[in-house]
Amino acid sequence: MSDHPDLAKLIFGRLTWDAIPFHEPILLATFIAVLLGGVALLGVVTYYRLWGYLWREWFTSIDHKKIGIMYIVLGLVMLLRGFSDAIMMRLQQAISFGHSVGYLPPEHYDQIFTAHGVIMIFFVAMPLVTGIMNFVVPLQIGARDVAFPFLNNFSFWMTTSGAVLVMMSLFVGEFARTGWLAYPPLSGIAQSPDVGVDYYIWALQIAGVGTLLSGINLLATIVKMRAPGMPLMKMPIFTWTSLCTNVLIVAAFPVLTAVLALLALDRYAGTNFFTNDFGGNAMMYVNLIWIWGHPEVYILILPAFGIFSEVVSTFSRKRLFGYASMVYATVVITVLAYLVWLHHFFTMGSGASVNSFFGITTMIISIPTGAKIFNWLFTMYRGRITFEVPMLWTIGFMVTFAIGGMTGVLLAVPPADFSLHNSLFLVAHFHNVIIGGVLFGLFAGINYWFPKAFGFKLDPFWGKCSFWFWLVGFYFAFMPLYVLGLMGVTRRVSHFDDPSLQIWFQIAAFGALLIALGIASMIIQFVVSFRRRESLRDHTGDPWGGRTLEWSTSSPPPVYNFAFTPQVHDGDAWWQMKQHHYRRPLEGFLPIHMPKNTGAGIILAGISTVFGFAMIWQMWPLVVVSFLALLVVTIGHTFNYKRDYYIPADEVARVEASRTELLANHV
Amino acid sequence: MSIKALRGLLLPFVILLTGCQAVLMSPSGDVALQQRNLIVTSLLLMLIIIIPVIALTLLFAWRYRASNKNAKYDPEWNHSTMLELLIWSAPLLIIIALGALTWVSTHKLDPFRPLERLSAGRAVPADAKPLVVEVVALDWKWLFIYPEQGIATVNELAAPVDRPIQFKITASTVMNSFFIPALAGQIYAMPGMETQLHAVINKPGEFDGFSANYSGAGFSGMRFKFHGLSDGQFSQWVSQAKSDGDSLNRDVYLKLEQPSENSPVHHYATVSAGLYQAILNRCVESNRMCLNEMMTLDAKGGLGIPGAYNITSLDTATRSRLGLLGAPVNGYVGAMCSANNLDGAPFTTPTAKSQ
Repeated sequence: MSDHPDLAKLIFGRLTWDAIPFHEPILLATFIAVLLGGVALLGVVTYYRLWGYLWREWFTSIDHKKIGIMYIVLGLVMLLRGFSDAIMMRLQQAISFGHSVGYLPPEHYDQIFTAHGVIMIFFVAMPLVTGIMNFVVPLQIGARDVAFPFLNNFSFWMTTSGAVLVMMSLFVGEFARTGWLAYPPLSGIAQSPDVGVDYYIWALQIAGVGTLLSGINLLATIVKMRAPGMPLMKMPIFTWTSLCTNVLIVAAFPVLTAVLALLALDRYAGTNFFTNDFGGNAMMYVNLIWIWGHPEVYILILPAFGIFSEVVSTFSRKRLFGYASMVYATVVITVLAYLVWLHHFFTMGSGASVNSFFGITTMIISIPTGAKIFNWLFTMYRGRITFEVPMLWTIGFMVTFAIGGMTGVLLAVPPADFSLHNSLFLVAHFHNVIIGGVLFGLFAGINYWFPKAFGFKLDPFWGKCSFWFWLVGFYFAFMPLYVLGLMGVTRRVSHFDDPSLQIWFQIAAFGALLIALGIASMIIQFVVSFRRRESLRDHTGDPWGGRTLEWSTSSPPPVYNFAFTPQVHDGDAWWQMKQHHYRRPLEGFLPIHMPKNTGAGIILAGISTVFGFAMIWQMWPLVVVSFLALLVVTIGHTFNYKRDYYIPADEVARVEASRTELLANHV
Repeated sequence: MSIKALRGLLLPFVILLTGCQAVLMSPSGDVALQQRNLIVTSLLLMLIIIIPVIALTLLFAWRYRASNKNAKYDPEWNHSTMLELLIWSAPLLIIIALGALTWVSTHKLDPFRPLERLSAGRAVPADAKPLVVEVVALDWKWLFIYPEQGIATVNELAAPVDRPIQFKITASTVMNSFFIPALAGQIYAMPGMETQLHAVINKPGEFDGFSANYSGAGFSGMRFKFHGLSDGQFSQWVSQAKSDGDSLNRDVYLKLEQPSENSPVHHYATVSAGLYQAILNRCVESNRMCLNEMMTLDAKGGLGIPGAYNITSLDTATRSRLGLLGAPVNGYVGAMCSANNLDGAPFTTPTAKSQ
């Protein structure tokens, strides 16, 4: 980069102009598109002078509702990236037969499937789940914010920092070519000497800090900040599933952090935890990563189960069937989540007894899961079901998830797994439960709570288009993969010889196209809803006839959520209040103590991004500087004593009076 | 209804899948066939509960739609001990049945367990000796060593029909998975470790084999054909390999294990004695300590501080002779002097020490 190679190497480490993919037309075009899009976005923000607004009202906000929304925006943006990867893979596999090698060489294809998995799990599913928990949980338990509001903002920005690093790998250097769990020895320095695995490690480590802190935060919030009259057994089911998910996060993510730290030591410091020689053992990594990885699956699905429980009872206009058994089922799943990890590698050659043990524990999980499905079923029984968009997603889920659950239990039978492991059957199975379970649940949740967040409903027509495209697209995209799995086709292959397979891949590619229309419909839904927001406006704060406390306040809720902390008497607290003709208090307001916004979170995360980037490219001076900066800003933040303020009673009275007027005019 | 009769119910689907060449549904080896039967039986057991769930979901959604005023509406009904009992016990019963099936079949079909039958109703003859094949997953091709026949092949495997086969499987650098869907389920191939697979092929024919665990750039081309042959054809195949093959010694292996993609089939007429053990113990280079020796030493307390400095690598002269000057130089623990290498010196003669 300069006339002084040694100096340049000291400053820039491994980074040279060669790391920029000028020679890759696909990447270059993407880069230019992203650049133009980015410049346009920045231009619009600047033109409308939104920087100050964004900084004051959003980036530095410690309001759990705004942080929740920012998480969801992050998840949806990354969904576009993750899905682009998916459609590139589908296209490659549909055309790469015989003499045609497709349009992606292996070194590019291998990065794409790795990035797809990493992005979908860590930067789509996790932010969406965390975002919805962040937004909903404090409202459902009658709290004014989470237990540690600043930590919440910091967690969000650390997750974003990880996402930024993954995105950077697209244009500066490369991403890992190892599969989404980066098994050594392939991910070791001997087999993967490039920066790809380092991007993987540092993106996940930095995002992992955010996830862990957010888990601790929500756990403390649920345990300590419930409204009076709400013991554990009167908590809404979504809050219960959030509690269990955060227990799982707090107990599982440190394992991921540790195992990635060991891998990083192997790569940076020449240790031999997972190498082939000098006593290393890669099987240790595989065990450790799945000891995190399996609970991670339940971290994603439990909140989705919670969403379905809320939705099914609201839209059946009926109490949830079997509340207690729903809670026990959730807790049983939480505990069992730690006892099944080995089913991800029966084929590593453990003895028959070990394999049977883990196979049977896996099957046992299907008992509480089955009980949950029956509970939703009997909630619908003798209900008055309205097919609003969230309910459609729920019914789509119940049918789809039953199939995914069945193939999952099949894979838990070790000798069957010997035939199906790593095949496209497996790929079809986990997409069946992650799309059909997690994603459908998140979409149900987004449609369900959107009016609470923004004060207007989402347009139902485009919502239904999105649902049907997704549902039909899912079956077209993944049922052929089940068949291909039974035809003995393995995953992560970029080229095939057998022409009889091609038709199935083409059907799958068609399904991916339908899903693309589903995603497009969702984007159109957001735009159309925003334009029609006056006619979709929710004045009541309770657009669906809800049952839990979040529907008792206005849409969108005031900064302080509740003028008075509600008193809970029933599991379906708001339903019971409505039945007893609850009247909002109209006077006697007191000043409300609230936390104050701070820029420390975004600044710390920004420095962490620089630190991660410097570690990846081994720019040691920058590593030292950014690490010191992290320490200085962290310590500096502890001297910030302006952390809180009071909303004056007059202000509360004014906000509540305007709501009273609104309700009087519209109800 | 017996499981067999139930299985008959699923037969149309099986035939449909056979029509589209679903090899897992119409395998040619007894182990894969038992795995197929297990898949079908388990699916049937689960469908007992899955079909009613899906049907009830659609039925309830339709029947209790808001516009149907004839349907009963009971907004406070949320508990029934009978139903609760039923919804927990029905899946429980299925899982008890499936769990028992799992325990038995996992032990019976353990890949490390020698075969007891050639196919349904035909026990393995008491005097039958399994055909041993030593499998090495290389970057990115398969090496098969036949100790009994004294030959080796790259990316081609053959075995006589109805003779038990014992695969001993390891790898050179990264994890792969050894999988011939028509023959038997897969098992990982890992460096420095040996996994095993016992199987038998019941029908003659040509079957696909490949790596089922992603292992890097050349992974997609890491495929081979597995030939099920009659005894006569197999002997012929062996003598063919003996006549057109060259010899596989440690030098040749060190070159062979260098990464290559889409490698053609190759035969070796002779194989150095102990080569597979050396690969498994990661000591093909003669100045390198074998894992089994290292573990024995460590079990006795290790070599202490001096052991930490006992690091060596392939010397330049040898690398130059083998044409490996461009390949990365790996450090490893140096060999101790032994009966056939008294000073632990790097080998420089073309033939390996144990040949």
